[in-house]
Amino acid sequence: MSDPRDDEKEDTRGRPAKAVVGSHRDEEEVFGKAYDPRIVRRIWSFVKPYQGRIFISVGAVLVFTLTQLAIPLVIRYAIDHGMAPGRLDRSVMVWATGAFAAVILVNYAASYAQESVVGKVAENVLSDLRRAMFGHLQRVSLSFMDKTEVGRLMSRLQGDVNSMQEFLETSVMSVGDIVLLFGIVSVLLWLDFRLGLLTLSTMPILFIVRLFWLPRAKVAFMAAHETNSIANGALAEGIHGVRTVQSLERQHVNFELYDEKVLANLNAHLRSARYAQVMVPIVDTLTGIAMATVIVVGGSMVLSHSLDVGVMVAFLFYIQRFFDPIRSLTMQYSVMQRAMASGQRISEVLDVPVDVADRQGAVALSRDMDGSVEFRNVTFGYRRNQPVLKNVSFRVNPGETVALVGPTGSGKSSSMALAHRFYDVWSGQVLVGGHDVRDLTQDSLGEQMAMVLQEPFLFSGTVLENIRYHKAGATREEVVRAAKAVGAHDFIEQLPDGYDTELEQRGGNLSLGQRQLISFARALVADAKILVLDEATASIDSYTEMLIQKALIKLLEGRTGLVIAHRLATIRGADRIIVLQNGEIVESGNHEQLMERKGLYARLYNMNYASFDDISEEEMGMDAVAGKAT
Amino acid sequence: MHTDAKSSAPERGKSFAHVAEASWGKGLSTLLRIMRMTLRHPWQVAITIVSTFIAATLQLLIPRLLGRAIDQAQGVMAEGAGAAAQHALWNTALTLLVVSVLRGLFTMAQNYCGEAVGHRTGYELRLAFYEKIQRLSFAFHDRVHTGDLITLGLLDLDGVRMFFSTGVLRVVLLGVLIGVGAYLLISTDLVLGVLSLSFVPFVAWRSSVTQLRLRSTWLTLQQRLSVLSRVMDENLGGIRVVRAFAAQRHELKKFDRAKQDALGLANERVDIRVSNTSAMNFSFLVAMGLVLWFGGQKVMSGQISVGTLAQFLTFMTILQMPVRQLGLMVNSFARASTCGTRLFELLDTELDIKDAPGARDLVVTDGVLRFEDVGFHYPGSGGRPTLSGISFEAGPGQTIGIVGPPGSGKSTIAHLIPRFYDASSGTITIDGQDIREVTLQSLRKVVGVVQQDAFLFTTSIENNIAYGNPWARETRIERAAESAQLHNYIIGLPSGYTTIVGERGASLSGGQRQRLTIARSLMLRPSVLVFDDSTAAIDAGTEQRIRAAMKRFAKDRVTLIISHRLSSLMHADQILFVEGGRIVERGTHGELLALGGRYRALYDLQLRPDDDRPAALGAA
Ligand SMILES: Nc1ncnc2c1ncn2[C@@H]1O[C@H](COP(=O)(O)OP(=O)(O)OP(=O)(O)O)[C@@H](O)[C@H]1O
Ligand SMILES: Nc1ncnc2c1ncn2[C@@H]1O[C@H](COP(=O)(O)OP(=O)(O)OP(=O)(O)O)[C@@H](O)[C@H]1O
Ligand SMILES: [Mg+2]
Ligand SMILES: [Mg+2]
Repeated sequence: MSDPRDDEKEDTRGRPAKAVVGSHRDEEEVFGKAYDPRIVRRIWSFVKPYQGRIFISVGAVLVFTLTQLAIPLVIRYAIDHGMAPGRLDRSVMVWATGAFAAVILVNYAASYAQESVVGKVAENVLSDLRRAMFGHLQRVSLSFMDKTEVGRLMSRLQGDVNSMQEFLETSVMSVGDIVLLFGIVSVLLWLDFRLGLLTLSTMPILFIVRLFWLPRAKVAFMAAHETNSIANGALAEGIHGVRTVQSLERQHVNFELYDEKVLANLNAHLRSARYAQVMVPIVDTLTGIAMATVIVVGGSMVLSHSLDVGVMVAFLFYIQRFFDPIRSLTMQYSVMQRAMASGQRISEVLDVPVDVADRQGAVALSRDMDGSVEFRNVTFGYRRNQPVLKNVSFRVNPGETVALVGPTGSGKSSSMALAHRFYDVWSGQVLVGGHDVRDLTQDSLGEQMAMVLQEPFLFSGTVLENIRYHKAGATREEVVRAAKAVGAHDFIEQLPDGYDTELEQRGGNLSLGQRQLISFARALVADAKILVLDEATASIDSYTEMLIQKALIKLLEGRTGLVIAHRLATIRGADRIIVLQNGEIVESGNHEQLMERKGLYARLYNMNYASFDDISEEEMGMDAVAGKAT
Repeated sequence: MHTDAKSSAPERGKSFAHVAEASWGKGLSTLLRIMRMTLRHPWQVAITIVSTFIAATLQLLIPRLLGRAIDQAQGVMAEGAGAAAQHALWNTALTLLVVSVLRGLFTMAQNYCGEAVGHRTGYELRLAFYEKIQRLSFAFHDRVHTGDLITLGLLDLDGVRMFFSTGVLRVVLLGVLIGVGAYLLISTDLVLGVLSLSFVPFVAWRSSVTQLRLRSTWLTLQQRLSVLSRVMDENLGGIRVVRAFAAQRHELKKFDRAKQDALGLANERVDIRVSNTSAMNFSFLVAMGLVLWFGGQKVMSGQISVGTLAQFLTFMTILQMPVRQLGLMVNSFARASTCGTRLFELLDTELDIKDAPGARDLVVTDGVLRFEDVGFHYPGSGGRPTLSGISFEAGPGQTIGIVGPPGSGKSTIAHLIPRFYDASSGTITIDGQDIREVTLQSLRKVVGVVQQDAFLFTTSIENNIAYGNPWARETRIERAAESAQLHNYIIGLPSGYTTIVGERGASLSGGQRQRLTIARSLMLRPSVLVFDDSTAAIDAGTEQRIRAAMKRFAKDRVTLIISHRLSSLMHADQILFVEGGRIVERGTHGELLALGGRYRALYDLQLRPDDDRPAALGAA
């Protein structure tokens, strides 16, 4: 740190090398790679409950397709038997029209049945899938949630589920398309074998062309899809982080980076449109060739009376319809591909292992347990070989209040998380009410232990709903009482609609301290035996805090408290204070005992108290050692 | 100089996903505006429309050619039988082939250019949208839910983008097909012509009615879906709270309610849609049956040839697709007008915080920050003042400490300096220059606010620190981290500075997150630096090392420290005690202690070493 301004001459034009917007990584990085044939089975398991309806709709599709096939045949019948020169027959016309009427009625019913059944099944399956994923995410361990962006999960819950829906809707129709294709081929061959064969000879050409086209087009389609989600991710990030962007004046940089991504997306789309559209003239040319063949060959045959003119008409009708199913089947192919990718991402979410689960025969923690919390030789960390807590043991007796203090990053919040079994320990044991937390149901543990987290998070909804949260039975009085206890009542009353004021997203229309108070009140309403406060009053002034503490004395009688605070005044009166450093307990005892020891606590406390100008260099040095690994 | 923060911001509680259906007039002007945007690519638009015309006309020739071929095959034409008839068949076949090829080429041109125009327009809109979002004030973002903005930027923008290809082009295509087709058919045979077009009015009426119904259910559905996604989004974002309260069941119930609402409506929509398409299809087939019946009669009575009948029937098959798509077309119009109205409303939102006309760059000479009788109220607070009569002055190198109970307005004071919000009354000056009269960019480069509730990006630690100055060299990033006492921690990580921090910094401890934010603000070397309660989760020892490290830069900088920990600010040159939006006490530490007021009470609670204080939590 010789001259603070030595690097002032940085080049601030050009594109900053490191800046990024959006956090797109290859999807595989988060969720593993291998293609898995189980995907189909997996998705099928969601369709299965609707099996009966699926069969109905497949049946309806078949009927529908058959009526489609029948229409040109009816017309052919009418022409050849009713109105061919010299063979005029009125009764045939009546029959033909009658048959036509019957066919179209069946067609009507079948198309209705098919589309409505499929449409609804798809909606239901989609909804079930989403429910299953959401439900699963409620159980997966927090270590998974920690490293997975919400936006990423949301895109699985929405985008991927939607593309499965699209697939389901169209796949039943493609059954119809396949039948139609084979139906047309058979009818053509049946009507006139040679002419049929000749006409169909264009088909292999299409297949060959497709063979060359497909791999390239596939890449282009995928790229369009991919760049879409990249650009969308960047947009979402821009929206979520807008306040930071503005306060650091990053708009210009971000705009340019975003421009790059959107431009890439544009080009990818144009490319894939080129690939999609180049097939149009090819298919049209082939249709033209097939029709020309029928005209020349079939026409000559009609001329020489070796073919009925009605057959020729029917041929022309079929040819026009012939390429439709091929076209939609190839479309279906890319829908299917996308659905496969989505299905994979969906199964990945569904397959995230639930590390922290109730074991078989887990017992419910009863309300009249003693409320003790004990750590026995607990070692724990988030990353392999990097323990955050090392062999930590302590016991909080029923009704006691124990404080955890220590430099930042020393593992205080992590201990709280373990007490609630957000994570499982590497070794050792965490006991609550005398039971290993792994033997308890998580629900009952959550009911007996209320937490105020370091980050206050509020949901959208009214203040009342937020304080009440999951305690649907809590009365308004209870809510108000809790709010009064934490000193939030006054400001809540001053909000435009008091307790019924709608909060903005994450409680944005409240100050941080106010949010903290509300999340404190929420923990009180939960009415639990053990109360865990992780910096619950960090953003609250000492005076308000003192009022809260006074109010809580009565409310919390007989309950166990675990308190984390950096402001040591907050916890001065705790029964016991445990000092953590680098994941190890370095001292414990009450305030007086610790002050006498003149250890880390005493030093921290004095620093809270003294001015830092008064701290000797030597003491600073000592602390630098102490805080080194934080 | 009085700027009411409320006046320019749209009214509160109105969220973009919920804008009621726009009036017809507004819808129309929206569509015109989309067309104007589209016309920025005049060549492509011209090619598209001309190609559509040609392709449609060529397509109409096909039934004619087929009809003619059938007649030729039967030898009913003048050519009679034999070689001449053969020749005629060849002629027709070749013409048909040429027509098909040309039609294919023009369809390709039409589709490609149409899509290209759409994508280009989409590109422009996306940039404009992004740009706007990045500039809209905090007050705007307070009011509008991020989920709604994302919907606006994805779904609504798509609705506008697709208007040209799915709306306008279909109208042209259908117009040509029906117009030219009707002329050709009716001139061939009046009765059959009318019959074969008889389904068109029915289908047109049916699909318009249905689409309007679908559109209104779509608006409702979109609202319900946005409730659903909000439930999911907040659940996942607040997953720790959910777990802490073992509230999974509660959350699933919330989810199920929202899901059921959406599902019911989605099923209803399927019914509406399907009953419409099958009715349309049926009417088409009925018309075909009529043509078959009456046409058959005419053929039998020799009025027309089989070929002519076939021509009518083929024509109908050609028309079937575009007519069925009529519904989509109406939908596209409806969607574009609603989505467009919403999107343009956002794009047209006046920036309530922007450079004044003729604003100059802020020139920092000494670095004196002055608040003169500043008052402020949030747009959403119903006019209740959040701040009133705030005045103070901080000279270069000075530190101002601000304390006060939660909600007293401390962060609000901090937010006024870089103009995240504009003061409702009074003035704020830096070196005598009113901050509303200098450019925003220069102002925000000078003022650094370490926010209380900081947002971290999902990227490496390095990129997060250098967020405001992405050109910075490594050494400088490291130095900022050192000053914030984070360097040692970072180099202890397996991937050091390139470690990715999770969303909002989930994999960091509270204090680490705050120190990262401090480092990020230091990168800009601001002349006015505000710490908004940004050491609350940092122990006193670390905090003091941070302050010591920064001290060497503090000489020509104004520092504002908002803190609840008195040791953080007791050495400030001036301490302001804020309560209810007013400064109720001010002075140095010593003066305030002597005053024996609120500050003194705080001091007694926090710092006085004796023991006559209330017991800590729970320790009765
Ligand atoms: N979800 C996580 N994934 C990976 N590492 C984590 C995670 N949460 C915390 N850590 C790391 O574990 C260590 C302990 O963190 P913890 O949150 O327990 O600290 P703390 O004592 O609460 O600190 P503070 O006072 O700053 O809140 C830190 O080094 C932190 O970076
Ligand atoms: N975006 C907002 N919209 C409406 N009202 C707001 C908004 N932000 C804050 N308020 C209100 O303005 C008042 C002052 O809030 P501010 O954030 O300035 O408080 P603070 O002094 O920083 O409190 P804390 O110590 O809790 O951070 C509070 O009553 C709060 O509810
Ligand atoms: Mg913590
Ligand atoms: Mg604040």
